Amino acid sequence: MKIVMPVDDKTMETSVCQSFGRTPYFLIYETETKEHTFIDNSGAASQGGAGIKAAQVIVDQKAEVLLTPRCGENAAEVIKAANISIYKTMNQSVQNNINAYNTGTLPLLTEIHAGFHNHGGN
Amino acid sequence: MEGTKIKIAVLSGKGGTGKTLVAVNLAAIAKNSVYIDCDVEEPNGHLFFKPEQLKRHDISVKIPVVDEKLCTGCRSCVAFCKFNALAYINHKLMVFDEICHSCGGCSLFCPEKALSEREKVIGVVQNGKSEDVRVISGIMNVGETSGVPIIKEILKYANEYQDITVIDCPPGSACTVMESIKDADYCILVAEPTLFGVHNLNMVHDLVTLFNKPYGVVLNKCVQSENPAETYCTEKNINVLGKILFDNELGTINSNGLIAIRQSDKYFDVFNQLLHKVSEEVQHETVVNP
Repeated sequence: MKIVMPVDDKTMETSVCQSFGRTPYFLIYETETKEHTFIDNSGAASQGGAGIKAAQVIVDQKAEVLLTPRCGENAAEVIKAANISIYKTMNQSVQNNINAYNTGTLPLLTEIHAGFHNHGGN
Repeated sequence: MEGTKIKIAVLSGKGGTGKTLVAVNLAAIAKNSVYIDCDVEEPNGHLFFKPEQLKRHDISVKIPVVDEKLCTGCRSCVAFCKFNALAYINHKLMVFDEICHSCGGCSLFCPEKALSEREKVIGVVQNGKSEDVRVISGIMNVGETSGVPIIKEILKYANEYQDITVIDCPPGSACTVMESIKDADYCILVAEPTLFGVHNLNMVHDLVTLFNKPYGVVLNKCVQSENPAETYCTEKNINVLGKILFDNELGTINSNGLIAIRQSDKYFDVFNQLLHKVSEEVQHETVVNP
């Protein structure tokens, strides 16, 4: 099972990125082999539609699960169309969230926000 | 100024500063003018003019539609769209209407001709008359994301009927404001006498400087005490075209949806002077920068 998570840097010690669409990197974690890789988010620098591009990136990676603190509605539409489930991360730690997902304690992400569209926000 | 076609844009860094007050009264006093309300999210000018003989027509933009039978999933369109309005998921092309800028590139690039365009109505133009002023309003439908296509459309009416066009801009300094002032010959910046007013004035000041437009400031809601906006103008050596005092009479006329110059001799004089000042400035500009 391939898990994807937006992260701030390319190490396992990095933190979960607070933005999905404009995260600099995605961590791809394979639950069976416990192998991980990092990929660049080519959507990060987009003028607009960053969430859509970022979602396209992880769909193309054939991810099955996304762990993220939040997700905008356009990205969510793409991710759902690809049948990827979205779970809400519990804290900043990459490893904690993977463990929590594995033990089934992460909740599904139900609050989809309208998107910040370059206007910042928390 | 007879025979010369001029476009005057009125802008401010925030809503409620007095753009519409200045724009409506200038257009009304100019006689035989065109007033264009580019604040398409919340056009207010027509509430004052109450234009008659209204004509309306829809404004639409083009949005791509895909013929799934022809699409081979090559993703040329997805790769082309720099706004990311397209995604290819599960062997299906997804189109995000509200992100699309209607450039038409995706249809052009599609090697299979699987993409065509459909019209999507995003708003309406209202064209009417109030005494001798031609009143054009662009009204964007609720939920649409960009007013730029509507502004482009209504600005076509500039100078169409008369020599002087007054453009009532949206608040702020975003793309809709840039679109509104792009072809203006002169910009009037309206400013409030507060620190927040100065901040907003600064924004539009930067914008008109960037666009290399001749401009001047109207200080609105002036009271006896110190005026930070006036101080800003003095420091930056900005031409102050006029001052409008904070006044109950004007407030009452305005809140009753009436046009000050048509109600009060005092305000007839105030805006008459402003119009003359602006006309002089524009003439001066055309001499210096023909």
